Amino acid sequence: MLTVSLRHALPGFGLDVQFEAPPGVTVLFGRSGTGKTTVIQAVAGLLRPDQGRVALDSELLFDTTQRHWLPPHKRRMGYVFQEGRLFPHLTVRQNLAFGQWFAPRDAKRESLDRVVELLGIGPLLQRRPGLLSGGEKQRVALGRALLSAPRMILADEPLSALDEARKAEILPYFERLRDEIGIPMLYVSHSAAEVARLATTVVVLQDGKVQRQGTAAEVLGDTAVMPAGVRAAGALLEARVASHHNDGLTELDAGGVLLFLPQIAKAVGSVVRVRISAHEVILSRQPPEGLSALNILPGTIEHVRTGGGPGAMVSLQTPAGRVLARVTRRSAQALGLEAGVECFAVVKTVSIAPEDIGGGG
Amino acid sequence: MNAEAAWLGPEEWQAVMLSLRVSLWATLAALPLAVFVAYALARWQFPGKQLLNSLVHLPLILPPVVTGYLLLMVFGTKGPVGGALQQIGIVFAFRWTGAALAAGIMAFPLMVRAIRLSVEAVDPKLEQAAATLGASRALCFATVTLPMILPGLIAGTVLGFAKAMGEFGATITFVSSIPGQTQTLPSAIYTFLQVPGGESAALRLTLVSIAIALIALLLSELLARRVADRAGGR
Repeated sequence: MLTVSLRHALPGFGLDVQFEAPPGVTVLFGRSGTGKTTVIQAVAGLLRPDQGRVALDSELLFDTTQRHWLPPHKRRMGYVFQEGRLFPHLTVRQNLAFGQWFAPRDAKRESLDRVVELLGIGPLLQRRPGLLSGGEKQRVALGRALLSAPRMILADEPLSALDEARKAEILPYFERLRDEIGIPMLYVSHSAAEVARLATTVVVLQDGKVQRQGTAAEVLGDTAVMPAGVRAAGALLEARVASHHNDGLTELDAGGVLLFLPQIAKAVGSVVRVRISAHEVILSRQPPEGLSALNILPGTIEHVRTGGGPGAMVSLQTPAGRVLARVTRRSAQALGLEAGVECFAVVKTVSIAPEDIGGGG
Repeated sequence: MNAEAAWLGPEEWQAVMLSLRVSLWATLAALPLAVFVAYALARWQFPGKQLLNSLVHLPLILPPVVTGYLLLMVFGTKGPVGGALQQIGIVFAFRWTGAALAAGIMAFPLMVRAIRLSVEAVDPKLEQAAATLGASRALCFATVTLPMILPGLIAGTVLGFAKAMGEFGATITFVSSIPGQTQTLPSAIYTFLQVPGGESAALRLTLVSIAIALIALLLSELLARRVADRAGGR
């Protein structure tokens, strides 16, 4: 468990955060410029905060009151940078070996073969970083960090420099790290989709403060917390794969409600997380009939939040979990949507993007 | 040996060998210090940085004769440093070691400039990455920074070597031009030109100078290309 407590003056605002990162993946979630990178750099020892204390399990990494400062090379934190930072003068194999050279002998190590297999970078081993694509670079960077026998992986927006297709290519590798190697991770992101896929715990940062901490489903379903903006809002449902149909659909069981998704490559019985974007949800007071949409979730409205704009965010409790719907204020009034009202959430199957479906964890 | 000896007179041959020895030692001795100073100037902020920078560049802008005279005052047998070193048996004045000292000091700024540029071209973020992977500062320098500045290091070394080979003013002022002791190639050429009938010897030494310079340049080009291919990430 990582315990973090920091104070640091940044241009324009002060950073003042306290949080704990339990085992699993803890995502530091927030807009850019809220101090996320400062926090992760302080944990790695690349930045000296004005005040604070960071401990990993029982070991103190630094404590300004005790004038204790462990230099970065003694912290054994595997850092995955936004831009990869592979060593250009070394081949991929040598880059991977670089981490191994300095790993302590008695540390629990992953074998090169296992990491290469896990990340699918076998064909790249003899190449030099200058000839790799962005996605390949990040996979090698992840492998290099893993092979340094780290006690924890720190990832600073590792996908933000990649296009959508590359992101979809890399995300599963982070899931495998979480599920197969089980190494604790602190992951900085401003993307709700990444939180939905990876997070065990979410710490939301806003203006240098911790605004909320909780599980991915709690935080993403909370309309008071929307660091990525209302456009990116969406709730997270956990479901079990019930069956695969031969017309290209996968049927999920979410708390007794059946959901249809475009086919996913998960075995029947495995648990998946599905993020339902709030603006893809339609609400209806009557059970809808004659609709092309396949997914209909009955539920009760918890609350309706409106702001200055034309939109309203409706939070609905369903047997599958909390669902968020973004509708216009006009529709909310016309349908009489308010807390306690029963209604139906309608979700088109094809509106659920593949990058919003991940393994459970 | 006999073929060269027939072509070059013994005195000329002596000057060539002495020049090579002086320049080699001057460059080798100056290199580690030049790397350290170049790294410090490129990466660290410290009080007196501008002063150090000016001091390093001084031999480049001072007349060489002035540098030689200053060396004579400081490192001469009666000078403050030269006198002290004499007590422990190290003498610079009128020895080949003095010629190497003068050549090293004159070559130093050129080496520092070339190496500093290449250090500045190395992204400090790569050094951070090496630190997170467990490399201490020294190991990080040896495994990341040094291999990446190698092209600049080679260029600086060759430049320094060429400067040391050609150094004349400071050398002749500090250690004079004693055949077999301190008479380097340029001093020998100059001396031959001062005596009647010395033109042919001067011409032969000139050709040797050109040959050495070209070979050094060629070698450094070859080396730098091989290293640059590697450092370029291909």
